[in-house]
Parts: sequence; C-alpha cells; structure tokens
Amino acid sequence: MDLIADRGRRVTVEELNTSKLLAHAAEQARDRKYEDMLIVDCDAHHYENENFNEILPFMENDVLRQLTMSGRAKGRHSIVPAQVGYQDMGGRVTRYPLRMTEKTEPGKLRDVQLGERWMDAMGVDYSCLFPTGMLNVGLHPQKEMEVELCWAYNRWLTEVVLPENHGRFYTQLALPLSDPEASLRQVETFGGRKGVTGFMVTTVRTIPVHDNALMKVYRAIEERGLSLAFHSGPNWGEPVFKGLNRFISVHALGFSFYNILHCTNWVINGMGERFPKLPVIWIESGLAWIPFLMQRLDHEYMMRPSEAPLLKKKPSDYMRDMFYSTQPMEIQDMEALETTFRMMNAETQLMYASDYPHWDFDLPSTIYDLPFLSEKAKHNILGGNAARTFKLAPRNEAQKANLIKYGNYTAG
Amino acid sequence: MAWLPVGSGRLVRKRPKAQVREGLTKMAEQFVGRASEFTDGTRQIVKVGDTEVGVFRHEGNFYAYSNYCLHQGGPACEGLTIAKVEEHLREDKTSMGLYFSEKDMNFVCPWHGYEYDMKSGECISDRKLKLKNYQVVTKGDDVYVVA
Repeated sequence: MDLIADRGRRVTVEELNTSKLLAHAAEQARDRKYEDMLIVDCDAHHYENENFNEILPFMENDVLRQLTMSGRAKGRHSIVPAQVGYQDMGGRVTRYPLRMTEKTEPGKLRDVQLGERWMDAMGVDYSCLFPTGMLNVGLHPQKEMEVELCWAYNRWLTEVVLPENHGRFYTQLALPLSDPEASLRQVETFGGRKGVTGFMVTTVRTIPVHDNALMKVYRAIEERGLSLAFHSGPNWGEPVFKGLNRFISVHALGFSFYNILHCTNWVINGMGERFPKLPVIWIESGLAWIPFLMQRLDHEYMMRPSEAPLLKKKPSDYMRDMFYSTQPMEIQDMEALETTFRMMNAETQLMYASDYPHWDFDLPSTIYDLPFLSEKAKHNILGGNAARTFKLAPRNEAQKANLIKYGNYTAG
Repeated sequence: MAWLPVGSGRLVRKRPKAQVREGLTKMAEQFVGRASEFTDGTRQIVKVGDTEVGVFRHEGNFYAYSNYCLHQGGPACEGLTIAKVEEHLREDKTSMGLYFSEKDMNFVCPWHGYEYDMKSGECISDRKLKLKNYQVVTKGDDVYVVA
C-alpha cells in the first residue's frame, strides 16, 4: 500500500500486521517477565464504526433503526457526531491508514483477533474494551438516538463480542447519560451480564453529572457492586476551544478539560459521600491534571466550605478515594511525576491503560520502568488495582501468588 | 542470498555468516544489500547481533540508526520518511503558514510519531535526544553496516 507523504510523494509500506508492528513490545514483555504479573489494560479501543452493520440491527425502535441503517449507504451522513481531527498525524502513525489492510482469520470476529494480537504482544492479560467514534455519543443532538445507539452497542458487545474472547475482554458499558430513565434501564438490563464490570460516561458533554435525576442510576450501579468510569475525549467544537488552531492544542487540553469539568462537579457536590462504595475511574486524561485540580479545589474549599456543605474532608481527599487510568502519562519531568503519584496515592488508586490502538498509546513499560516505584506499586498499578476492583482472576500460578502477595487477590 | 526473518518476523536480506567481517576492533560488518538495488528514499532493517539497525539511503548517502525509538522502544526506522514541517514568518512576525522543508528530511517512528532528523538521528522535538548511529561502508556494490 502507498502512503502519501510530502508533495504527493508516495511511500510504499507493507500491509499492517499488529503482531509485527508491536514486535518490540513483545521483546519488552519477555525481558521484563510480564507473564508473572497480572497486567490489566483498563482502557483499550476498537473501531465499532466498522461493525455498524452488525450493531445497528440491535436498535429497538423500528423507525430509528431504519433511519440509521438506510444512512449506511455510501456517501450518506454519519450517525454519530464526528470530530475534526488528525489522529494519524498525516499518516505518520501508520496503523491508522493501514488498518484495513490487516488480515484476520475467517470465522472469528476481527475485533477480537486484533485485540488478542496487541494484548499478546504487550503482555496484557485483560483489556477493558471501549468504542472509538461512540465516545462522541454525548454530543448527539437527539437524546433518543443516543439511547438507541448505546443500547445497540451494549447488546452487540455483550452478546457477540465478549463471548468470543474467552474472558480476556471485559467492559464498562456506555451510558446514555442524557436520559436518566434509559440509563437506569440499561444498568438493570446489562449490569449482570458476563464481562460487564461497570458503566462508562463519555465525558465529551456538558450536562451536570450531579443532576438529581441521575442519582438512581449511580445508586443502581453501586448496589450491583459495579463501577463507574468517565472516559474523556477532545472536541474542537467546544466553544472555549474554537480559538485553538492546531489539533495538538485541542487534544492536549480537551482530554483533561472534560474530566476536570465533571470531576469538579462530582467532588464539590459530595458524590463521594452519597455513593461511598461506588468505584469511580477517570480515564484518558493523563495525570498532570490531578495535582492541579486537587490544589485548586482545596484552596477554594478552605475559604468557601458553605458552597460544598456535603463534604466532610478536603476535595483532594475525595479525589484520592477515586481511581485514575495512567494513559497518556506525561513522562517529562520525573520529579513532577513522582509528586503526582504521591499526591494521588498511585499505589492503590492508579490503573494501567494502553489506549491502544490510538496514536498516543502507552506500553506497560511506562509503569514498569519508573525508577521511583516499589515492586508492590508496579504490580498494583499494572494490574493489581484493577484485579481488586473488577474481580479479575489470575491467568497462571505466578500471577496468583503475586496478587496474593500484594493483597489484590479477590477472584477465586 | 537468502531472505531471513528478524525478530518480528520481517524478512531482511542476510548474507551467510562467512561474509560478516570482523575488524581489529571486533566491530562486525553486517551486510545490508546491494548499493545498486538500494534506491534513494528507501531503507532496510538489518539484525545485528541482538539489536536492529535501520539503514536509509537519502540523497545518495547512507545513514544507519538504532531501530529502537527513544520514546517507548518502537521501530523508529520503520515508519514514514517525510520532510520536516516548518512555519514561515514574515519580517513583521506574522505567519505565512506551514510548509514542508526543501532540505530537511525526517523519519518517523510509526508507534507515536516521534520524528528524527535523517542526517543526525536527533529527535526534532528535543535535539538532546539522539538515536545511536552506525557507520555504513560500501565495498564495491555491497553495503555493510558496522556494529
């Protein structure tokens, strides 16, 4: 296949093979003996838009289903709000333009095969599978379409994808948060299905997560012993970002911005007091925003406690009760990173995430090689914290021994 | 001449062991390919001992660098080769926009887009970071990398 480089020059590149592309990751996994430690990737993705022909028939409403399936014809409009963006960097990140050239075996879901390739290469035992395009579903102008798309995706994922993966994929299913009643129904319907460890709010949206109408949703999730994730993303259309002229700027700010927005509402409105047993995970915002927000909220709270009367401790203490995914981890100033880890109690609150196959993915070595981490912290962050939270079983005896050694063994 | 797999299963041309030469300094010369077949703008990845080296031919010259990206260890030499992007300014400091450089060429790690200067191996985002470079020698039509 030819990739277009500068001035129209074409560069011939072989077809994509994920195992070959990640050969160096496999070397790292062997060198570091990852097979002895349970590694959980709490944020990996597939391109569900390539499966819409299989997903959309699960929509319940006849008219909306016909509307979206009819719109699948070539040249018709997108059914999920699309973003302007250049994730592939003009083809520099070759797995984007080459993705469709990768060959998979017939008879088994392509997304499952691709997922197992990158998991095996990286030394990952379990991956939490999230969609890609549907991370924008919160921007859909039609509430009922958001509900239907989440419903269809959640059915397809739990009825078709997860059963083919022999338990190595798990998920936190997308919630149509714009409709609290529909969100509750989806929790009640899908919450008990195999591989479902919780639910996920796509945070590229601005509705208040502390709205009274949503309390029954969070309560239902908490009562089932499940978790709640907030997965962020960029949005060039957000009014405050319209002045940015480069994708790097929108991407750098957007992923942190939406989680800062919703985490602020979550903390200041005392959600940690209302749902103390609900594990909450903030995903794909990096880590640098965490000490920033802790300091900002604590500083203001000391002067204005009357505006956050549900709080019984500082905002940062509630933030330390919650979980965070590692990626994209800002490994630029090692002392700043060490301080961040200390401030968030990373040893018990941080969970490794790759975000593969997206352009800024992180390998397990980004955690394993950190010079300031203890062995316990490495085991916890790379998989122990997730195993404890999501009740994931070890895949061999060495992993079991390490989970027990570090207090993370919960699945018998 | 055989096509042999390197670690990742990629195929590279490799000469029989007898033709891997060792000098007085114990530096081995690993055969890369025929210069006449090594067209400008192309690259070869060769396995040298336990490591991988990317050999480029650019504007008639050979450049060889470690194939391990300084970021997360990706295959630094296996991605796109693309001109450096520049932003040109007028004298009054207003921007004229983005342009591809007419003289500076980069190669890009396909994992995350780290860009390296073809002629120096420096990471263009932070020139203190530099890929290990290797000497390339030609003997007749044969191209060797010294490692």
